[in-house]
Amino acid sequence: MEESTHTPAEQDFLRALAAALPAERVRSGRESLQPYECDGLSVLRELPLCVVLPQDREEVQTLLRLCRQYQIPVVPRGAGTGLSGGARPVAGAVLLSLARMNRILDIDLENRTARVQPGVRNLAISQAVRPFGFYYAPDPSSQIACSIGGNVAENSGGVHCLKYGLTVHNVLALEVLTADGEVLHLGGLTPEVPGYDLLALFIGSEGLLGIVVEVTVRLLPVPENTVVLLAAFAELGLAADAVSAIIAAGIIPAGLEMMDRLAIQAAEDFVHAGYPRDAAAILLCELDGSAEELVERVALVEEILRRQGADSIRVARDPDTRALLWKGRKAAFPAVGRMAPDYYCMDGTIPRGRLAEVLERIARWSEEIGLAVANVFHAGDGNLHPLILYDANAAGQIAAAESFGQRILALCVEVGGSITGEHGVGVEKLDSMCVQFSAAELETMHRIKGAFDPEGRLNPGKAVPTLHRCAELGAMHVHGGVLPFPELERF
Amino acid sequence: MDITGRLQEQVQDAYAAQRPLRIRAGTTKSFYGRPVDADAELDLREHSGIVDYQPAELYVTVRAGTRLRELQETLAGQSQTLAFEPPCHGEDSTIGGVVACGFSGPARPYAGSARDHLLGVRILDGRGQDLRFGGHVMKNVAGYDLSRLMVGAQGSLGVLLELSLKVLPLPARHMTFVQERQMAAAIKELQRWEAQPVPLSASAWMDGQLYLRFSGAESVLAGLRACVDGDLFLPDEATRFWAQLRDQQLPFFASGSPLWRLALPTGTQPVLSELPQVLEWGGSIRWLRGDASAEEIRAQTASRNGYAIQYRGESNSQPFPPLPEPLRTLHGRVKDAMDPRHILNPGRLYTDL
Repeated sequence: MEESTHTPAEQDFLRALAAALPAERVRSGRESLQPYECDGLSVLRELPLCVVLPQDREEVQTLLRLCRQYQIPVVPRGAGTGLSGGARPVAGAVLLSLARMNRILDIDLENRTARVQPGVRNLAISQAVRPFGFYYAPDPSSQIACSIGGNVAENSGGVHCLKYGLTVHNVLALEVLTADGEVLHLGGLTPEVPGYDLLALFIGSEGLLGIVVEVTVRLLPVPENTVVLLAAFAELGLAADAVSAIIAAGIIPAGLEMMDRLAIQAAEDFVHAGYPRDAAAILLCELDGSAEELVERVALVEEILRRQGADSIRVARDPDTRALLWKGRKAAFPAVGRMAPDYYCMDGTIPRGRLAEVLERIARWSEEIGLAVANVFHAGDGNLHPLILYDANAAGQIAAAESFGQRILALCVEVGGSITGEHGVGVEKLDSMCVQFSAAELETMHRIKGAFDPEGRLNPGKAVPTLHRCAELGAMHVHGGVLPFPELERF
Repeated sequence: MDITGRLQEQVQDAYAAQRPLRIRAGTTKSFYGRPVDADAELDLREHSGIVDYQPAELYVTVRAGTRLRELQETLAGQSQTLAFEPPCHGEDSTIGGVVACGFSGPARPYAGSARDHLLGVRILDGRGQDLRFGGHVMKNVAGYDLSRLMVGAQGSLGVLLELSLKVLPLPARHMTFVQERQMAAAIKELQRWEAQPVPLSASAWMDGQLYLRFSGAESVLAGLRACVDGDLFLPDEATRFWAQLRDQQLPFFASGSPLWRLALPTGTQPVLSELPQVLEWGGSIRWLRGDASAEEIRAQTASRNGYAIQYRGESNSQPFPPLPEPLRTLHGRVKDAMDPRHILNPGRLYTDL
């Protein structure tokens, strides 16, 4: 251990920790800390004081009590796949990895629930219950790796949340430890519980309000049938308008995704899903339900797509063809990653009706700034994921990509959307929070934080910016979609 | 009409004077919860009207004092609806009251609750600050979800000014079956249906009859007709039945004795089956009437990991089950964060909130 760099208080803490937990639960020293220096947002790195990997609730409690005693902050981490730096270590803080708490505790088929530890992978839940005809609905693209505890922290969505909701709609109960190590039970198996809906408040709180040690999720019966339609368009705007047209016709697809030309070509080169390489945009529309229902709805969606100017439509009914069509979409991020040394994945939401206009503006800025952008996203719920391509080794490109990203997020707020649809604020979007919320609103969030964690030990410096930071930034709060002085050129 | 300015002034004055306010609109749900310890009223009735309705975006933003009926008529005009089927306790029932109480109707287990359909709020906090949380897009994870925290808080954390709610297409058709079943058999049957990928959209049991409603396209319902036992309800009769259940207009709800609402895990075997009761939501909500003591009802429910609320009754001094520590202390801190001088509906939920 390189104890010399630690303060006396930190050294005392590390000694107490070594005495309280088995040795293999604690990692310290530069080499063993390095794998934890960042999460999925790899441009931001920091070494923690130490990494602790507890195996059960009692060990987490032991850790939290020591942290209280020695006034050491704690950064919780699931699988570390988050894209906003929410699990990025903080200097002088413990990095609490919940990855080893990865057991499925109970599957209750009668009540269609599963009780799991926070380190269980999202996909592992669906895999465990699939033989019984059930699945867990939220499916973030990182579902093969990301943990359910991290999903709770971020209120994760995914491809199917258009119809089946976000984590907040699919988690029934949580067992949580407060900063002081006290046990809280939020939610339950009953349709309502007494008092405030602290479960809803907790989901998406990015590890600032407590540590999740157990999660009870709702399981859904696997739909009888699924059909995927792929429609190609010669113009981006036509595809965008088709999205609104489908929803406006009263159809809620299970998933409705869009990819632009750059993303299509990247995906084709990578996995050969059979996408039309010459299209300006494609839509992937998944419909599920009974066989009779699907016949009607597939016909209706086909008709809408044609009317909206689709050049070609493919309908995949069998599992293999469906999987192939989805393969390109699911591989899109790494595929785009092959086109440039680095890419910056943005996440913002907008009203569907503004899709065409916003995509057009992003394209224009992309040309002006000289950084290419690929778009592959959850069009059905207006959740954009522009991927800004850059080269971290080229002078000024990191900064250019970041400021481009912030510009996109401010545009999302301006048209009535949000700076994050599913990736969270973390450290990445602290500045953009100043655009979306007023000082009074941010102050209210700090007060809520104070109600749960009065000493501010959990994940400090994340998710909600200080008012000081916003003031320094001079960021403008966009009130109800209306910018102050709209006639002025911003950025 | 937008009376935000007037309301804000009243809350700011009340904050300065440390004078509690009883928040009211249609007062159709004043039976619910504890009496508020306040002399002054904050009247939301005039704060009404639809602010923004975008059918293609599937949301509506509405002022809290808007009558539920009026909102529903507007949505129905576009073949849309609030899919959580909010109960309407009278002509003057407002959407703000429904959200504040966190009330949902028969579709709740299948379509989600009031809180699931709330996208964003504009509120006045206990300092009289005008705040917005959430928004009107379906996905929004910026900052803490303070909007959903308002659902069921009965105004004790903030005065609801505007609500953005998700709206969905009206189902093309409904089909309701009635089966003769004893309570225990009905609970089993409900579990069986809920585990299947069928468009079950409401369920209830009373007087030895199980009611199952399915909703969706004509073709789907036609396919189901052969697989479900029981008699098919006439469409008009069925619509009336579910509306009366939702709005508590059935004879069961009219009698004078206290009405209890039991929230239980689905599949819980019959509880206090000697007392008259109505089951809803796949058996996870059980309405109970009769002479059993509050202690008895609470103990029986708690032993099955459930909660009992005294929903309607004369002596409503403690309608909600007591909160255990450390949850109770945390509730107090959340209240202090939002309403430090305890001027918003103090005592309605619990004496100290």
